[in-house]
Amino acid sequence: MQPAYAKIAADPRFTELVAKRNRFAILLSVIVLIGFTAFMYLGVGAPDVFAAHVGSETAWTWGLVAGVAILAFAFIMTGIYTVRANGEFDKLTKTIVQEATK
Amino acid sequence: MKRLSLLLSSAFAAAFVATNALATETINGPVEKQPINITAIIMFFVFVAGTLALTYWAARRTRSTSDFYTAGGGITGFQNGVAIAGDYMSAASFLGISGMVFGTGLDGLFYAAGFTIGWPLILFMIAERLRNLGRFTFSDITSYRLEQTRIRSLSAFGALSVVLFYLVAQMVGAGKLIQLLFGLDYAYAVLLVGVLMMLYVTFGGMLATTWVQITKAILLLAGCTVMVLLSLYHFGFDPGALIQSAVDHHPRGVEMLKPSKALSDPLNAISLGLALMCGAAGLPHILMRFFTVPDAVAARKSVFYATGFIAYFYILTITIGLAAVTIIGMDPSYFDAAGKLLGGGNMAAVHLAKAVGGNAFLGFISAVAFATILAVVSGLALAGASAVSHDLYANVIMKGKATGAQEMRVSRIATFAIGIIGIILGLAFENQNIAFMVGLAFGVAASVNFPVLFLSIFWKNLTTRGAFIGGFLGLVSAITFVVLGPTVWVALLHHEKPIFPYEQYALFSMTIAFVSIWFFSITDKSARAAQDKAGYAEQFIRSETGLGAAAASDH
Repeated sequence: MQPAYAKIAADPRFTELVAKRNRFAILLSVIVLIGFTAFMYLGVGAPDVFAAHVGSETAWTWGLVAGVAILAFAFIMTGIYTVRANGEFDKLTKTIVQEATK
Repeated sequence: MKRLSLLLSSAFAAAFVATNALATETINGPVEKQPINITAIIMFFVFVAGTLALTYWAARRTRSTSDFYTAGGGITGFQNGVAIAGDYMSAASFLGISGMVFGTGLDGLFYAAGFTIGWPLILFMIAERLRNLGRFTFSDITSYRLEQTRIRSLSAFGALSVVLFYLVAQMVGAGKLIQLLFGLDYAYAVLLVGVLMMLYVTFGGMLATTWVQITKAILLLAGCTVMVLLSLYHFGFDPGALIQSAVDHHPRGVEMLKPSKALSDPLNAISLGLALMCGAAGLPHILMRFFTVPDAVAARKSVFYATGFIAYFYILTITIGLAAVTIIGMDPSYFDAAGKLLGGGNMAAVHLAKAVGGNAFLGFISAVAFATILAVVSGLALAGASAVSHDLYANVIMKGKATGAQEMRVSRIATFAIGIIGIILGLAFENQNIAFMVGLAFGVAASVNFPVLFLSIFWKNLTTRGAFIGGFLGLVSAITFVVLGPTVWVALLHHEKPIFPYEQYALFSMTIAFVSIWFFSITDKSARAAQDKAGYAEQFIRSETGLGAAAASDH
């Protein structure tokens, strides 16, 4: 292994970075999968609720609201990850790499 | 009578989208040639002239292999996000999903959610790692620490199969669509698509391919937005009124608000979901987009923007389908004597364009639909050419000793060859049902490319033998399940019952691939296996930090 890689491998902050980022990525993945499964379940498991109107005055149904919500939700989740990874995680990565390649 | 045939055509539309996992550009069966649409043809030639100018500009900037394969790594996160969304917003996502809402109802919403939800997962798991490890092709990653010859050959073969299956489906779809929209002959249409694709890719490389995709994505999003606004105008800009009217006039009535029977088999649904998610992460023309951005920061941004555009696109598409229920469904002039929608179940959006925007807008939307196919086949051709020149020629045959100029020459010859093959197969398959080819493309992507790629990134104990045998078994099982399943055995070969009962087979072929990769890796005690495992530590650090990746894109 090249010296810079060996240095990073031995750096406790690298282990911490990987653990933190993995925890975050797995947490978000689980949330996304739960959201998607809930949406599918609402449609396939409870079609009557899915087709029910949100209020007596509106044509919007729970299914349509949930559909728009799940699309928006996917976008928001990518935003949350991107902000934290491009900020906090990348700052730490940069420090680790810079010190190792000095 | 009209209701009955509407129901039948909606059943057809549902079956159509269901077989074409990622709603293809394919239009099956014979289509009627339409009268020549001059507006559409003029608009299309304006697009072609624009993209050829773009290709000329890109050609002057395409000198090195890195320029050719990845636009020199100089695409920004936002641009790449639009391009990825463009690769995903295919003509048939647009025509297929709106047609599905028009014919069947909110089933379209489940497909839209399934197509979109894979992107957050791709971001969390693999996007930045792809950027950190890869250079020109995804085989760079799978063969990073494994034996070059065997693993590159496997991945290149996987990439080429996906490209070829997908390309044939696109070519046939393009020919049919153009007959329908422009009134041009099928053969001219296929030739035109093939020749333009060769020009874009051979001369403009990744830079031209990306900008063609971006141009088309913007046109498609703008066109759909205008169509939704014009439709909403009919309902006093009240989405609630639009929904209510759709329910009132839909052939399924309030039932259209519920999923249809087609979606109720959970095993099929899970299997389809897996194929969509993992297939997308194994499509070579999507994967290579991650190598066009400079670093992991831009790779993440690309997925963020792409997800936003894809989600927005599906909201528009579903609204278009709902609006068409009232505006088109209530106008008998869009139906033939038998009560069938003119041009077939997938034409709802096109008819709506004419109804709300007149002939000029119809021309615009038709031209955009064609441009969409052109942009997608260009990406496919480039991905296929890279697999030939970078993987097979430069690394497997020349063992990494080819010069940049030699590699470029081979990639251009390969592009030309892929174009010719695409045209020939496109002409040969004119009257065949080629829906199964897209299923095959996704199946191979999910059962060969994805497992090998995923495990090479995440599993330390993966060995060359495991990846090679497991990937090969994934390939064999995907093809076997398609041939013995409902799409080929029953629909194409007219046997009474499928030998393999599930139309969505990814769950099974992926399990076979993953389990056999695991088994043949852990039982591998060879010297090569020790070398494969020893290489993981360094790969892991590069994958997590990007150290060493920056140099690669400055090539």
